[in-house]
Amino acid sequence: MGRYEIRFSGSGGQGLILAGVIFAEAAAIYEGINAVQSQSYGPEARGGASKSEVIISDETINYPKATNIDLLLALTQESCNKYYKDLKEGGILLVDEDFVTEIPEGNYRVIKLPIIRAAQEKVGKAFVANIVAIGAITAIVGKVSYESVEKAVLSRVPKGTEELNKLALQIGYEMAKEKVTR
Amino acid sequence: MARQVKLFQGNEACAYGALYAGCSFFAGYPITPSTEVAEVMAKELPKRGGAFMQMEDEIASMAAIIGASLAGAKSMTATSGPGFSLKQENIGFAAIAEVPCVVVNVMRGGPSTGVPTGPGQSDIMQCRWGTHGDHPIITITPAYVQEIFSETVRAFNLAEKYRNPVIIAFDEIVGHMRERIEIPEPGELEVIDRKKPDVPPEEYFPYDSSKGDIPPMANFFEGYRYHVTGLNHDRTGFPINACELVHIEEERLLRKIYANRDDIVKNDEYMLDDAEVAVFAYGACGRSAREAVDMARKEGIKIGLLRPLTMWPFPDREVEALAERVKAIIVPELSLGQIILEVERCSKGKCRIDGIFRVDGEPISPFQILDKVKEVL
Repeated sequence: MGRYEIRFSGSGGQGLILAGVIFAEAAAIYEGINAVQSQSYGPEARGGASKSEVIISDETINYPKATNIDLLLALTQESCNKYYKDLKEGGILLVDEDFVTEIPEGNYRVIKLPIIRAAQEKVGKAFVANIVAIGAITAIVGKVSYESVEKAVLSRVPKGTEELNKLALQIGYEMAKEKVTR
Repeated sequence: MARQVKLFQGNEACAYGALYAGCSFFAGYPITPSTEVAEVMAKELPKRGGAFMQMEDEIASMAAIIGASLAGAKSMTATSGPGFSLKQENIGFAAIAEVPCVVVNVMRGGPSTGVPTGPGQSDIMQCRWGTHGDHPIITITPAYVQEIFSETVRAFNLAEKYRNPVIIAFDEIVGHMRERIEIPEPGELEVIDRKKPDVPPEEYFPYDSSKGDIPPMANFFEGYRYHVTGLNHDRTGFPINACELVHIEEERLLRKIYANRDDIVKNDEYMLDDAEVAVFAYGACGRSAREAVDMARKEGIKIGLLRPLTMWPFPDREVEALAERVKAIIVPELSLGQIILEVERCSKGKCRIDGIFRVDGEPISPFQILDKVKEVL
Protein backbone atom coordinates (compact mmCIF):
# COMPACT_ATOMS: atom_id res chain seq x y z
CA MET A 1 0.00 0.00 0.00
CA GLY A 2 1.34 3.37 -1.00
CA ARG A 3 0.76 6.74 0.60
CA TYR A 4 -2.88 7.44 1.56
CA GLU A 5 -3.79 10.95 2.76
CA ILE A 6 -6.78 11.77 4.94
CA ARG A 7 -7.86 15.18 6.18
CA PHE A 8 -10.40 15.48 9.01
CA SER A 9 -12.06 18.89 8.92
CA GLY A 10 -14.89 20.71 10.62
CA SER A 11 -15.08 23.43 13.23
CA GLY A 12 -12.95 23.76 16.35
CA GLY A 13 -14.35 21.71 19.23
CA GLN A 14 -15.75 18.84 17.15
CA GLY A 15 -12.92 16.57 18.27
CA LEU A 16 -11.31 16.22 14.88
CA ILE A 17 -7.74 16.45 16.12
CA LEU A 18 -8.46 13.59 18.51
CA ALA A 19 -10.15 11.71 15.65
CA GLY A 20 -6.96 12.04 13.59
CA VAL A 21 -4.80 10.91 16.49
CA ILE A 22 -7.04 7.87 17.13
CA PHE A 23 -7.04 6.82 13.47
CA ALA A 24 -3.26 7.26 13.25
CA GLU A 25 -2.79 5.22 16.44
CA ALA A 26 -5.01 2.48 15.01
CA ALA A 27 -2.74 2.31 11.96
CA ALA A 28 0.63 2.74 13.69
CA ILE A 29 0.17 0.82 16.93
CA TYR A 30 -2.52 -1.80 16.24
CA GLU A 31 -2.24 -2.34 12.48
CA GLY A 32 1.55 -2.03 12.39
CA ILE A 33 1.81 0.27 9.37
CA ASN A 34 3.40 3.71 9.21
CA ALA A 35 1.28 6.70 10.12
CA VAL A 36 1.90 10.40 10.56
CA GLN A 37 -0.57 12.83 12.13
CA SER A 38 -0.30 16.60 12.08
CA GLN A 39 -2.53 19.56 12.70
CA SER A 40 -2.52 23.31 12.43
CA TYR A 41 -1.81 25.27 15.58
CA GLY A 42 -2.37 28.90 16.36
CA PRO A 43 -5.32 31.15 15.68
CA GLU A 44 -6.30 29.07 12.66
CA ALA A 45 -6.96 26.09 14.93
CA ARG A 46 -9.50 27.90 17.13
CA GLY A 47 -13.10 28.07 15.93
CA GLY A 48 -13.52 28.54 12.20
CA ALA A 49 -12.31 25.69 10.08
CA SER A 50 -10.15 23.17 11.94
CA LYS A 51 -8.18 20.31 10.41
CA SER A 52 -6.17 17.26 11.36
CA GLU A 53 -4.23 15.23 8.82
CA VAL A 54 -3.30 11.57 8.80
CA ILE A 55 -1.06 9.90 6.25
CA ILE A 56 -0.75 6.13 6.25
CA SER A 57 1.65 4.02 4.20
CA ASP A 58 3.57 0.76 4.15
CA GLU A 59 6.62 2.80 3.26
CA THR A 60 8.50 5.48 5.19
CA ILE A 61 6.52 8.70 5.25
CA ASN A 62 8.93 11.54 4.63
CA TYR A 63 6.79 14.55 3.82
CA PRO A 64 4.35 14.88 6.73
CA LYS A 65 1.78 17.23 5.16
CA ALA A 66 -1.21 16.23 3.05
CA THR A 67 -1.09 17.84 -0.39
CA ASN A 68 -2.89 15.33 -2.60
CA ILE A 69 -5.75 14.13 -0.46
CA ASP A 70 -7.39 10.74 -0.95
CA LEU A 71 -10.17 11.29 1.56
CA LEU A 72 -11.51 14.57 2.90
CA LEU A 73 -13.98 14.57 5.78
CA ALA A 74 -15.94 17.83 6.10
CA LEU A 75 -18.40 18.25 8.95
CA THR A 76 -19.15 21.90 8.14
CA GLN A 77 -19.79 23.91 4.98
CA GLU A 78 -16.95 26.27 5.84
CA SER A 79 -14.38 23.48 6.15
CA CYS A 80 -15.65 21.87 2.94
CA ASN A 81 -15.29 25.13 1.02
CA LYS A 82 -11.84 25.79 2.46
CA TYR A 83 -10.28 22.38 1.86
CA TYR A 84 -11.93 20.60 -1.10
CA LYS A 85 -9.36 22.05 -3.52
CA ASP A 86 -6.66 19.80 -2.02
CA LEU A 87 -8.60 16.63 -2.93
CA LYS A 88 -6.90 14.58 -5.60
CA GLU A 89 -8.68 13.57 -8.79
CA GLY A 90 -10.82 10.56 -8.07
CA GLY A 91 -10.57 11.11 -4.32
CA ILE A 92 -13.45 10.88 -1.88
CA LEU A 93 -15.30 13.77 -0.27
CA LEU A 94 -17.13 12.57 2.85
CA VAL A 95 -19.58 15.16 4.18
CA ASP A 96 -22.16 15.52 6.89
CA GLU A 97 -25.31 15.68 4.79
CA ASP A 98 -27.14 18.06 7.14
CA PHE A 99 -24.36 20.60 7.52
CA VAL A 100 -22.73 20.48 4.10
CA THR A 101 -25.52 21.18 1.65
CA GLU A 102 -23.61 22.84 -1.17
CA ILE A 103 -21.25 20.31 -2.68
CA PRO A 104 -18.47 21.97 -4.66
CA GLU A 105 -18.05 20.61 -8.16
CA GLY A 106 -15.04 18.51 -8.95
CA ASN A 107 -13.70 15.20 -10.14
CA TYR A 108 -14.16 13.20 -6.95
CA ARG A 109 -16.68 10.86 -5.39
CA VAL A 110 -19.06 12.35 -2.81
CA ILE A 111 -20.35 10.31 0.12
CA LYS A 112 -23.07 12.01 2.18
CA LEU A 113 -23.84 10.69 5.66
CA PRO A 114 -25.88 12.08 8.58
CA ILE A 115 -22.86 11.87 10.91
CA ILE A 116 -23.88 14.39 13.56
CA ARG A 117 -27.56 13.39 13.46
CA ALA A 118 -26.63 9.72 13.95
CA ALA A 119 -24.52 10.63 16.97
CA GLN A 120 -27.38 12.61 18.42
CA GLU A 121 -30.29 10.28 17.64
CA LYS A 122 -28.80 6.80 17.58
CA VAL A 123 -26.16 7.17 20.30
CA GLY A 124 -27.84 10.00 22.15
CA LYS A 125 -24.72 12.17 22.41
CA ALA A 126 -23.74 14.69 19.73
CA PHE A 127 -20.16 14.76 21.03
CA VAL A 128 -19.44 11.27 19.69
CA ALA A 129 -19.84 12.56 16.12
CA ASN A 130 -16.05 12.36 15.75
CA ILE A 131 -16.16 8.65 16.60
CA VAL A 132 -19.05 8.08 14.16
CA ALA A 133 -16.84 9.78 11.57
CA ILE A 134 -13.91 7.48 12.40
CA GLY A 135 -16.23 4.49 11.88
CA ALA A 136 -17.25 5.80 8.47
CA ILE A 137 -13.64 6.52 7.51
CA THR A 138 -12.59 3.01 8.56
CA ALA A 139 -15.13 1.53 6.16
CA ILE A 140 -14.18 3.86 3.31
CA VAL A 141 -10.38 3.59 3.65
CA GLY A 142 -10.41 -0.19 4.13
CA LYS A 143 -6.69 -0.31 4.95
CA VAL A 144 -6.96 -0.31 8.72
CA SER A 145 -9.10 -3.05 10.25
CA TYR A 146 -12.21 -2.36 12.32
CA GLU A 147 -10.65 -4.26 15.23
CA SER A 148 -7.54 -2.06 15.21
CA VAL A 149 -9.62 1.11 15.12
CA GLU A 150 -11.86 -0.11 17.95
CA LYS A 151 -8.82 -0.82 20.11
CA ALA A 152 -7.45 2.65 19.41
CA VAL A 153 -10.79 4.28 20.26
CA LEU A 154 -11.09 2.38 23.54
CA SER A 155 -7.55 3.29 24.59
CA ARG A 156 -8.31 7.01 24.17
CA VAL A 157 -11.86 7.61 25.44
CA PRO A 158 -12.68 8.38 29.10
CA LYS A 159 -13.59 5.49 31.40
CA GLY A 160 -17.31 4.88 31.53
CA THR A 161 -17.88 5.96 27.91
CA GLU A 162 -16.58 2.80 26.26
CA GLU A 163 -19.95 1.33 25.26
CA LEU A 164 -21.17 4.67 23.95
CA ASN A 165 -18.09 5.04 21.77
CA LYS A 166 -18.18 1.44 20.56
CA LEU A 167 -21.76 2.03 19.42
CA ALA A 168 -20.81 5.30 17.71
CA LEU A 169 -17.96 3.60 15.84
CA GLN A 170 -20.22 0.76 14.73
CA ILE A 171 -22.97 3.08 13.50
CA GLY A 172 -20.52 5.14 11.46
CA TYR A 173 -18.91 2.02 10.04
CA GLU A 174 -22.22 0.44 8.99
CA MET A 175 -23.61 3.63 7.45
CA ALA A 176 -20.53 4.03 5.28
CA LYS A 177 -20.17 0.34 4.48
CA GLU A 178 -23.63 0.41 2.93
CA LYS A 179 -22.67 3.35 0.70
CA VAL A 180 -19.28 1.92 -0.25
CA THR A 181 -20.54 -1.53 -1.22
CA ARG A 182 -23.63 -0.29 -3.01
CA MET B 1 9.86 -8.88 24.83
CA ALA B 2 8.66 -6.92 21.83
CA ARG B 3 9.44 -3.23 21.71
CA GLN B 4 6.63 -0.93 22.76
CA VAL B 5 5.06 0.85 19.79
CA LYS B 6 3.71 4.38 20.26
CA LEU B 7 2.44 7.26 18.19
CA PHE B 8 4.52 10.12 19.60
CA GLN B 9 5.04 13.77 18.83
CA GLY B 10 8.67 14.71 18.22
CA ASN B 11 8.59 16.64 21.48
CA GLU B 12 7.36 13.58 23.38
CA ALA B 13 10.05 11.40 21.81
CA CYS B 14 12.65 13.94 22.91
CA ALA B 15 11.46 13.78 26.52
CA TYR B 16 11.35 9.98 26.57
CA GLY B 17 14.77 9.82 24.90
CA ALA B 18 16.13 12.03 27.68
CA LEU B 19 14.64 9.73 30.32
CA TYR B 20 16.16 6.71 28.54
CA ALA B 21 19.56 8.44 28.69
CA GLY B 22 19.17 8.84 32.44
CA CYS B 23 18.08 12.47 32.64
CA SER B 24 16.88 13.04 36.21
CA PHE B 25 16.51 16.82 36.28
CA PHE B 26 14.58 19.21 34.07
CA ALA B 27 14.18 22.92 34.64
CA GLY B 28 12.24 25.03 32.21
CA TYR B 29 9.87 27.82 31.39
CA PRO B 30 7.33 26.37 28.96
CA ILE B 31 7.07 28.07 25.57
CA THR B 32 5.44 27.11 22.26
CA PRO B 33 6.33 24.99 20.32
CA SER B 34 8.53 23.20 22.87
CA THR B 35 5.99 22.90 25.70
CA GLU B 36 5.24 19.18 25.33
CA VAL B 37 8.86 18.38 26.25
CA ALA B 38 8.29 20.04 29.64
CA GLU B 39 4.84 18.47 29.99
CA VAL B 40 6.19 14.93 29.65
CA MET B 41 9.12 15.65 31.96
CA ALA B 42 6.78 17.13 34.59
CA LYS B 43 4.65 13.99 34.44
CA GLU B 44 7.42 11.40 34.29
CA LEU B 45 10.35 12.69 36.36
CA PRO B 46 8.67 12.60 39.80
CA LYS B 47 7.56 8.99 39.14
CA ARG B 48 11.18 8.01 38.50
CA GLY B 49 12.74 9.77 41.48
CA GLY B 50 13.84 12.75 39.40
CA ALA B 51 12.92 16.40 39.73
CA PHE B 52 11.06 18.85 37.51
CA MET B 53 11.26 22.56 38.26
CA GLN B 54 9.27 25.24 36.53
CA MET B 55 11.51 28.28 36.88
CA GLU B 56 10.72 32.00 36.76
CA ASP B 57 12.33 32.37 33.33
CA GLU B 58 14.67 30.80 30.78
CA ILE B 59 17.85 32.29 32.26
CA ALA B 60 17.13 30.70 35.62
CA SER B 61 16.20 27.41 33.94
CA MET B 62 19.58 27.28 32.27
CA ALA B 63 21.32 28.12 35.56
CA ALA B 64 19.33 25.41 37.35
CA ILE B 65 20.35 22.65 34.95
CA ILE B 66 24.01 23.68 35.28
CA GLY B 67 23.72 23.44 39.08
CA ALA B 68 21.94 20.10 38.92
CA SER B 69 24.57 18.72 36.56
CA LEU B 70 27.38 19.78 38.92
CA ALA B 71 25.57 17.79 41.59
CA GLY B 72 25.71 14.75 39.30
CA ALA B 73 22.30 14.76 37.61
CA LYS B 74 21.99 14.47 33.86
CA SER B 75 20.04 17.64 33.14
CA MET B 76 17.98 19.19 30.38
CA THR B 77 15.94 22.25 29.52
CA ALA B 78 13.73 22.93 26.50
CA THR B 79 12.74 26.18 24.87
CA SER B 80 11.90 28.03 21.67
CA GLY B 81 12.28 31.42 20.02
CA PRO B 82 13.06 34.23 22.49
CA GLY B 83 13.57 31.64 25.23
CA PHE B 84 16.62 30.38 23.37
CA SER B 85 18.03 33.90 23.26
CA LEU B 86 17.68 34.14 27.03
CA LYS B 87 19.55 30.87 27.55
CA GLN B 88 22.65 32.11 25.75
CA GLU B 89 24.58 33.71 28.62
CA ASN B 90 24.46 30.57 30.72
CA ILE B 91 25.18 28.29 27.74
CA GLY B 92 28.52 30.12 27.64
CA PHE B 93 28.93 29.52 31.36
CA ALA B 94 28.32 25.78 30.87
CA ALA B 95 30.87 25.78 28.04
CA ILE B 96 33.69 27.48 29.98
CA ALA B 97 32.92 25.67 33.25
CA GLU B 98 32.68 22.40 31.27
CA VAL B 99 29.33 21.34 32.69
CA PRO B 100 27.49 18.66 30.69
CA CYS B 101 23.89 19.58 29.91
CA VAL B 102 21.34 19.35 27.09
CA VAL B 103 19.38 22.30 25.72
CA VAL B 104 16.44 21.55 23.42
CA ASN B 105 15.47 24.29 20.98
CA VAL B 106 12.24 23.60 19.09
CA MET B 107 12.64 26.22 16.40
CA ARG B 108 9.79 28.58 15.55
CA GLY B 109 9.60 31.52 13.17
CA GLY B 110 10.90 35.05 13.24
CA PRO B 111 13.20 37.19 15.38
CA SER B 112 11.92 38.23 18.84
CA THR B 113 8.48 36.72 19.56
CA GLY B 114 8.05 36.20 15.81
CA VAL B 115 5.61 33.46 14.84
CA PRO B 116 5.17 31.35 17.98
CA THR B 117 3.19 28.54 16.37
CA GLY B 118 4.98 28.38 13.03
CA PRO B 119 8.07 26.38 12.13
CA GLY B 120 11.49 27.92 11.58
CA GLN B 121 15.16 27.05 11.17
CA SER B 122 16.50 30.52 11.67
CA ASP B 123 18.21 29.77 15.02
CA ILE B 124 20.78 27.46 13.49
CA MET B 125 23.58 30.03 13.55
CA GLN B 126 22.54 31.07 17.05
CA CYS B 127 23.07 27.45 18.10
CA ARG B 128 26.70 27.91 17.07
CA TRP B 129 27.37 31.52 17.95
CA GLY B 130 24.55 32.59 20.27
CA THR B 131 26.73 33.00 23.31
CA HIS B 132 29.80 35.21 23.15
CA GLY B 133 33.43 34.15 23.02
CA ASP B 134 35.29 31.30 21.33
CA HIS B 135 33.26 28.55 22.91
CA PRO B 136 32.91 24.88 21.98
CA ILE B 137 29.40 23.67 21.18
CA ILE B 138 27.69 20.59 19.78
CA THR B 139 24.33 20.78 17.99
CA ILE B 140 22.23 17.78 17.00
CA THR B 141 19.54 18.10 14.29
CA PRO B 142 17.15 15.11 14.08
CA ALA B 143 14.17 14.97 11.70
CA TYR B 144 12.12 11.85 12.44
CA VAL B 145 10.32 10.99 15.67
CA GLN B 146 12.26 7.73 16.08
CA GLU B 147 15.45 9.63 15.38
CA ILE B 148 14.63 12.37 17.90
CA PHE B 149 14.48 9.67 20.58
CA SER B 150 17.84 8.09 19.70
CA GLU B 151 19.55 11.41 18.93
CA THR B 152 18.48 12.78 22.31
CA VAL B 153 20.22 9.81 23.89
CA ARG B 154 23.27 10.63 21.76
CA ALA B 155 23.10 14.27 22.84
CA PHE B 156 23.34 13.25 26.50
CA ASN B 157 26.18 10.86 25.68
CA LEU B 158 28.15 13.60 23.95
CA ALA B 159 27.47 16.07 26.77
CA GLU B 160 28.74 13.59 29.35
CA LYS B 161 31.68 12.40 27.31
CA TYR B 162 32.97 15.85 26.36
CA ARG B 163 31.79 17.81 29.44
CA ASN B 164 30.03 20.26 27.19
CA PRO B 165 26.58 21.73 26.58
CA VAL B 166 24.80 20.02 23.68
CA ILE B 167 21.93 21.65 21.81
CA ILE B 168 19.22 19.60 20.14
CA ALA B 169 17.59 21.74 17.45
CA PHE B 170 14.52 20.71 15.49
CA ASP B 171 11.65 22.69 14.02
CA GLU B 172 8.00 22.95 15.04
CA ILE B 173 6.91 20.63 12.21
CA VAL B 174 9.03 17.77 13.52
CA GLY B 175 8.32 18.67 17.15
CA HIS B 176 4.56 18.61 16.85
CA MET B 177 3.88 15.90 14.25
CA ARG B 178 2.99 12.47 15.54
CA GLU B 179 4.71 9.42 14.09
CA ARG B 180 5.15 5.74 14.79
CA ILE B 181 8.01 4.96 17.13
CA GLU B 182 9.35 1.73 18.58
CA ILE B 183 10.72 2.43 22.03
CA PRO B 184 14.18 0.83 22.37
CA GLU B 185 14.60 -1.66 25.18
CA PRO B 186 16.89 -0.72 28.07
CA GLY B 187 20.45 -1.59 27.04
CA GLU B 188 19.67 -1.41 23.33
CA LEU B 189 21.13 2.08 22.92
CA GLU B 190 24.48 2.98 24.45
CA VAL B 191 24.28 5.29 27.47
CA ILE B 192 27.47 7.08 28.50
CA ASP B 193 28.13 8.59 31.92
CA ARG B 194 30.73 11.23 32.73
CA LYS B 195 34.19 10.09 33.75
CA LYS B 196 34.72 10.58 37.48
CA PRO B 197 38.08 11.27 39.18
CA ASP B 198 40.20 8.36 40.35
CA VAL B 199 42.01 10.47 42.93
CA PRO B 200 40.87 11.37 46.47
CA PRO B 201 39.32 14.83 47.09
CA GLU B 202 42.54 16.35 48.47
CA GLU B 203 44.41 15.52 45.25
CA TYR B 204 41.61 16.53 42.88
CA PHE B 205 41.85 19.45 40.47
CA PRO B 206 38.60 19.99 38.54
CA TYR B 207 40.31 21.30 35.41
CA ASP B 208 43.40 19.13 35.38
CA SER B 209 44.11 18.39 31.74
CA SER B 210 47.48 16.73 32.32
CA LYS B 211 46.00 13.35 31.36
CA GLY B 212 43.89 14.49 28.43
CA ASP B 213 41.75 17.34 27.14
CA ILE B 214 38.65 16.21 29.06
CA PRO B 215 39.26 16.38 32.81
CA PRO B 216 37.40 13.86 34.99
CA MET B 217 34.41 15.48 36.70
CA ALA B 218 33.57 15.11 40.38
CA ASN B 219 29.99 15.48 41.51
CA PHE B 220 29.31 17.87 44.34
CA PHE B 221 28.13 16.28 47.61
CA GLU B 222 30.41 13.30 47.10
CA GLY B 223 33.27 14.75 49.14
CA TYR B 224 34.83 16.84 46.37
CA ARG B 225 34.60 20.63 46.63
CA TYR B 226 35.79 23.02 43.98
CA HIS B 227 35.29 26.46 42.58
CA VAL B 228 33.12 26.95 39.48
CA THR B 229 33.22 30.25 37.62
CA GLY B 230 32.53 31.82 34.27
CA LEU B 231 35.89 33.57 34.45
CA ASN B 232 38.87 31.99 32.74
CA HIS B 233 40.45 29.78 35.36
CA ASP B 234 43.35 27.46 36.08
CA ARG B 235 43.20 23.80 37.02
CA THR B 236 41.82 24.62 40.48
CA GLY B 237 38.82 26.41 39.01
CA PHE B 238 39.89 29.78 40.47
CA PRO B 239 40.11 32.83 38.18
CA ILE B 240 43.44 33.71 36.61
CA ASN B 241 44.95 36.72 34.95
CA ALA B 242 47.77 34.82 33.28
CA CYS B 243 46.95 35.49 29.65
CA GLU B 244 49.12 32.68 28.26
CA LEU B 245 47.16 30.19 30.31
CA VAL B 246 43.89 31.68 29.04
CA HIS B 247 45.07 31.04 25.49
CA ILE B 248 46.12 27.47 26.29
CA GLU B 249 42.87 26.67 28.09
CA GLU B 250 40.63 28.16 25.41
CA GLU B 251 42.45 26.17 22.76
CA ARG B 252 41.93 23.05 24.83
CA LEU B 253 38.19 23.73 25.05
CA LEU B 254 37.89 23.90 21.27
CA ARG B 255 40.26 20.98 20.72
CA LYS B 256 38.13 18.86 23.04
CA ILE B 257 35.39 19.02 20.39
CA TYR B 258 37.25 19.53 17.10
CA ALA B 259 39.94 16.89 17.64
CA ASN B 260 37.08 14.46 18.17
CA ARG B 261 34.91 15.70 15.32
CA ASP B 262 34.78 12.25 13.69
CA ASP B 263 33.19 10.88 16.85
CA ILE B 264 30.67 13.72 16.91
CA VAL B 265 29.84 14.44 13.25
CA LYS B 266 27.05 12.22 11.93
CA ASN B 267 25.23 12.39 8.60
CA ASP B 268 22.49 10.52 6.83
CA GLU B 269 23.70 10.10 3.26
CA TYR B 270 21.02 9.03 0.81
CA MET B 271 21.61 8.15 -2.85
CA LEU B 272 24.75 10.27 -3.08
CA ASP B 273 27.00 7.74 -4.85
CA ASP B 274 26.00 8.62 -8.41
CA ALA B 275 24.26 11.92 -7.70
CA GLU B 276 24.72 14.81 -10.11
CA VAL B 277 22.97 17.22 -7.78
CA ALA B 278 22.94 17.00 -4.00
CA VAL B 279 20.55 18.47 -1.48
CA PHE B 280 21.91 19.59 1.89
CA ALA B 281 18.98 19.70 4.31
CA TYR B 282 18.02 18.96 7.89
CA GLY B 283 14.87 18.75 10.02
CA ALA B 284 11.57 19.15 8.16
CA CYS B 285 13.48 20.22 5.03
CA GLY B 286 15.51 17.02 5.27
CA ARG B 287 12.29 15.02 5.19
CA SER B 288 11.02 16.94 2.14
CA ALA B 289 14.39 16.50 0.46
CA ARG B 290 14.32 12.74 0.94
CA GLU B 291 10.89 12.65 -0.67
CA ALA B 292 12.21 14.82 -3.51
CA VAL B 293 15.11 12.38 -4.05
CA ASP B 294 12.67 9.47 -4.34
CA MET B 295 10.47 11.43 -6.77
CA ALA B 296 13.46 12.47 -8.88
CA ARG B 297 14.90 8.97 -9.01
CA LYS B 298 11.58 7.68 -10.38
CA GLU B 299 12.01 10.20 -13.21
CA GLY B 300 15.59 9.06 -13.74
CA ILE B 301 17.11 12.23 -12.29
CA LYS B 302 20.22 11.51 -10.25
CA ILE B 303 20.00 13.45 -7.03
CA GLY B 304 21.04 12.57 -3.50
CA LEU B 305 20.78 13.94 0.01
CA LEU B 306 23.30 14.89 2.68
CA ARG B 307 21.32 15.27 5.88
CA PRO B 308 23.42 16.25 8.89
CA LEU B 309 22.42 14.84 12.26
CA THR B 310 25.23 16.85 13.82
CA MET B 311 25.20 20.42 12.55
CA TRP B 312 27.91 21.72 14.90
CA PRO B 313 30.71 20.86 14.49
CA PHE B 314 29.80 21.37 10.84
CA PRO B 315 30.35 18.48 8.39
CA ASP B 316 32.96 20.56 6.53
CA ARG B 317 34.98 17.72 4.99
CA GLU B 318 31.84 15.90 3.82
CA VAL B 319 30.50 19.04 2.14
CA GLU B 320 33.81 19.74 0.43
CA ALA B 321 34.07 16.17 -0.84
CA LEU B 322 30.54 16.39 -2.16
CA ALA B 323 31.19 19.73 -3.87
CA GLU B 324 34.06 18.10 -5.75
CA ARG B 325 31.80 15.57 -7.44
CA VAL B 326 28.36 17.15 -7.97
CA LYS B 327 27.21 19.93 -10.29
CA ALA B 328 25.30 21.73 -7.58
CA ILE B 329 24.22 21.58 -3.96
CA ILE B 330 20.70 22.77 -3.16
CA VAL B 331 20.09 24.08 0.36
CA PRO B 332 16.41 24.34 1.39
CA GLU B 333 15.95 26.18 4.69
CA LEU B 334 13.09 27.55 6.76
CA SER B 335 15.01 30.81 7.07
CA LEU B 336 16.15 33.49 4.67
CA GLY B 337 19.49 31.75 4.20
CA GLN B 338 21.76 30.78 7.10
CA ILE B 339 23.27 27.31 6.86
CA ILE B 340 23.81 27.91 3.12
CA LEU B 341 26.65 30.23 4.19
CA GLU B 342 28.47 27.29 5.78
CA VAL B 343 27.81 25.12 2.74
CA GLU B 344 29.26 27.87 0.55
CA ARG B 345 32.29 28.26 2.83
CA CYS B 346 33.07 24.55 2.89
CA SER B 347 32.43 23.88 -0.80
CA LYS B 348 35.19 26.40 -1.63
CA GLY B 349 33.65 27.38 -4.96
CA LYS B 350 33.92 23.84 -6.33
CA CYS B 351 30.25 23.65 -7.35
CA ARG B 352 27.17 25.79 -7.70
CA ILE B 353 25.21 26.41 -4.47
CA ASP B 354 21.51 27.34 -4.64
CA GLY B 355 19.13 28.04 -1.78
CA ILE B 356 15.38 27.68 -1.30
CA PHE B 357 14.24 29.90 1.55
CA ARG B 358 10.81 30.08 3.13
CA VAL B 359 9.55 31.77 6.30
CA ASP B 360 5.77 31.89 5.74
CA GLY B 361 5.03 29.14 8.23
CA GLU B 362 4.65 26.46 5.56
CA PRO B 363 7.16 23.68 4.92
CA ILE B 364 9.28 23.60 1.78
CA SER B 365 7.61 20.90 -0.30
CA PRO B 366 9.36 18.10 -2.19
CA PHE B 367 8.00 19.67 -5.41
CA GLN B 368 9.78 22.97 -4.69
CA ILE B 369 13.04 21.10 -4.23
CA LEU B 370 12.51 19.02 -7.35
CA ASP B 371 11.77 22.16 -9.41
CA LYS B 372 15.02 23.73 -8.22
CA VAL B 373 16.97 20.57 -9.07
CA LYS B 374 15.56 20.61 -12.61
CA GLU B 375 16.50 24.27 -12.90
CA VAL B 376 20.18 23.66 -12.09
CA LEU B 377 20.62 20.43 -14.06
